Amino acid sequence: MPVPLPDLGVPMADIQTLSGNRLRRDTNFFRKNKLVIMPMVFIAPAFAMFSLFVIYPIIQSIALSFTEWQGIGPKKWVGLDNYRLLFGDPVFWTSLVNNVYWLVLFLLAPVLGLFVALFLNQNVFGIRLVKSLFFFPFVVSQIVVGLIFAWFYDPAFGLLATMLEPLGIKIPAILANEDWATFGIIIAGLWPQTAYCMILYLTGLNSVNPEMIEAARLDGAKGWRLLVKIVLPQLRAATFIALVVTVIGALRSFDLVAVMTEGGPYNSSNVLAYYMYDNAIFRYRMGYASAIATILFLIMDVYIAWFLMRLLKNEKGAR
Amino acid sequence: MKHFKTAICAGMIALFASSVSARDLVMNANTSDPAQKQAMEDLIADFEAAYPEIDVKFNLYDHEAFKVAMRNFLVSDAPDLITWNAGNRMKVFVDLGLFEDVSDVWEAEGLYDKMPAVVGASSVDGKQYGVPYAYYAWGFYYRKDLFEKAGITETPTTWEEFKEVGAKLNAAGITPVTIGTKNLWPAAGWFDFMNLRINGVEFHADLMDGKVAYTDDRVKKVFESWAELVKADFFVENHPAYSFQEALPFMNQGNAAMYLLAPFIVSMFPEDVREKVEWFPFPIIDPEVGIYEDAPTDSFHIPVNAKNKEDARLFLAFAAKADVQTKTAGTLDMLPPNVNASVKDDRFAKGGFEQLSKANGIMQFYDRDTDPALAKVGMQGFQEFLQNPDRIDQILERIEAERARIYGAL
Repeated sequence: MPVPLPDLGVPMADIQTLSGNRLRRDTNFFRKNKLVIMPMVFIAPAFAMFSLFVIYPIIQSIALSFTEWQGIGPKKWVGLDNYRLLFGDPVFWTSLVNNVYWLVLFLLAPVLGLFVALFLNQNVFGIRLVKSLFFFPFVVSQIVVGLIFAWFYDPAFGLLATMLEPLGIKIPAILANEDWATFGIIIAGLWPQTAYCMILYLTGLNSVNPEMIEAARLDGAKGWRLLVKIVLPQLRAATFIALVVTVIGALRSFDLVAVMTEGGPYNSSNVLAYYMYDNAIFRYRMGYASAIATILFLIMDVYIAWFLMRLLKNEKGAR
Repeated sequence: MKHFKTAICAGMIALFASSVSARDLVMNANTSDPAQKQAMEDLIADFEAAYPEIDVKFNLYDHEAFKVAMRNFLVSDAPDLITWNAGNRMKVFVDLGLFEDVSDVWEAEGLYDKMPAVVGASSVDGKQYGVPYAYYAWGFYYRKDLFEKAGITETPTTWEEFKEVGAKLNAAGITPVTIGTKNLWPAAGWFDFMNLRINGVEFHADLMDGKVAYTDDRVKKVFESWAELVKADFFVENHPAYSFQEALPFMNQGNAAMYLLAPFIVSMFPEDVREKVEWFPFPIIDPEVGIYEDAPTDSFHIPVNAKNKEDARLFLAFAAKADVQTKTAGTLDMLPPNVNASVKDDRFAKGGFEQLSKANGIMQFYDRDTDPALAKVGMQGFQEFLQNPDRIDQILERIEAERARIYGAL
């Protein structure tokens, strides 16, 4: 990612006089092109690392998607066969649809997070403790969240079943049911994600200008209108970050699926990231897994392009 | 002073040299369950006692992590010994040229006569590529007290009797069979036995090798029989939510009576439940078909890229000895392949051993006998079938598509 040059705030001419005599002895070429060379020198180490550990694996992985490979042994060039198989693979489509469910339903996290933050943004005794308790789910590892929810959903011994049974309500076995499994996992995922968004909004609320709210109140705004017209616009930065982390969180949903259902029952709760892992690790189909990875990468690209464009626009706007 | 330094240097070099010549034997193992870990540590301790000059470096991996890691270390930094499974799982690596031919150990130790039951599973094209240290039988672990409660006095030996037992248990409010299909493979055990009992070992082997279509009528027949059980409420509800261990509490709490599984479950029963648990083999379905069993075999192999193959061979010979196998298999609750070794004196090991001695043919296990990708699709299909027996035609077509992709059209 090209990093914009930091503005040092010192005119270039000053730097030259500061460096004094030594520079004058340097080659003409270097002096003339200093503005081009120096940034390159500074960027080079980061760029080298980035190329080696990010760009190179991406290219390698795309190249792998055109082969059939077990992970060891010879690679066989198969052209677009993997993609052809992929588009005819019902599990791929199920996973893709599930990814869409994740993406859409995960957007509840910023909304819920905002309301929890608004609720907690008050000065009462012990509110700090309550805030940290609300933030707790995000501190806990995703694996633990998955395990806890799996036990919670357990149709025979779980808390949910035990609570609802005396009320005469019989719910389906959420993680064993092809229609419910994905939603069961998404709800588990929303728990920590909401906590994260809540923290983002809480810090955002700190910087809301009280004078503006005062002024709005004087003008008669209250309740919903106050929130939408006065508070929310000031939380734009927080909303942007919350959206970004939530969408990324939804697209890379993997750990919860792996812990709670392993994509099952019979692939009904699979997502692209887990299906890729499953193919690479358990079925030894590296080429096919790479094809899934490439598709996932392309989907993410759309979003990343939007993100970058917005970022650039904001930066230009700031100047 | 100068001489002193020289002396120290010389001493250091000597020490360094001796530490190299002290023979290191690196072993990577996937035996991560408590009993397995114990058995392997005991085996290594005994080996080191017998060969004090050899130092075994033992690296333990989790089962799934090992599957991933071995594809790396076999190529890049091979240990001298690994644990793995005989049969098709071994053949994959033999075909890639990564396992050492150890027929010489078999010959020198006379293992062809001592371990007749596992020669086939250890061989590819007539050469042996590993030495088994244990194998085990599959069968029904059942609560005798629950059977009695339901008025069942004898264990079923035929399909009709088996269905009757299930009906009686259901009538007594006990689910006949517990199963956890989150891991998928417990369902494959059922398919293996049903297919072996109905179609015999040759058909089963052909199916595993991709030589028969999954849409074949004989395969459909298996699912018809299996569907009788599913529709008669034989299996616990919601089994896809449970791993194979998580399905065990149903039996511990007396809500389910039987579990088709392997001996590693024995040590997982609580003490008071284990006393009430007994064992019986999978009933006969078609009397015309012989007795064929699943007997997964665990074995040691030497990677082709190993550094210390000589001592690794010593280890293989040691691990194949009768008394060593008696001890190892005993700790594992499994069976020793060496005919001169003795089977652990308990009802599970004895029962399994007796059944395997009667067997006319042996397979490894569904996910060990067939291609890993096909196994995964197949087992997911079995899981779906257990939940939705009516979808069997679509399921078989899906498995068949995967078979055709891997093994080619028939």
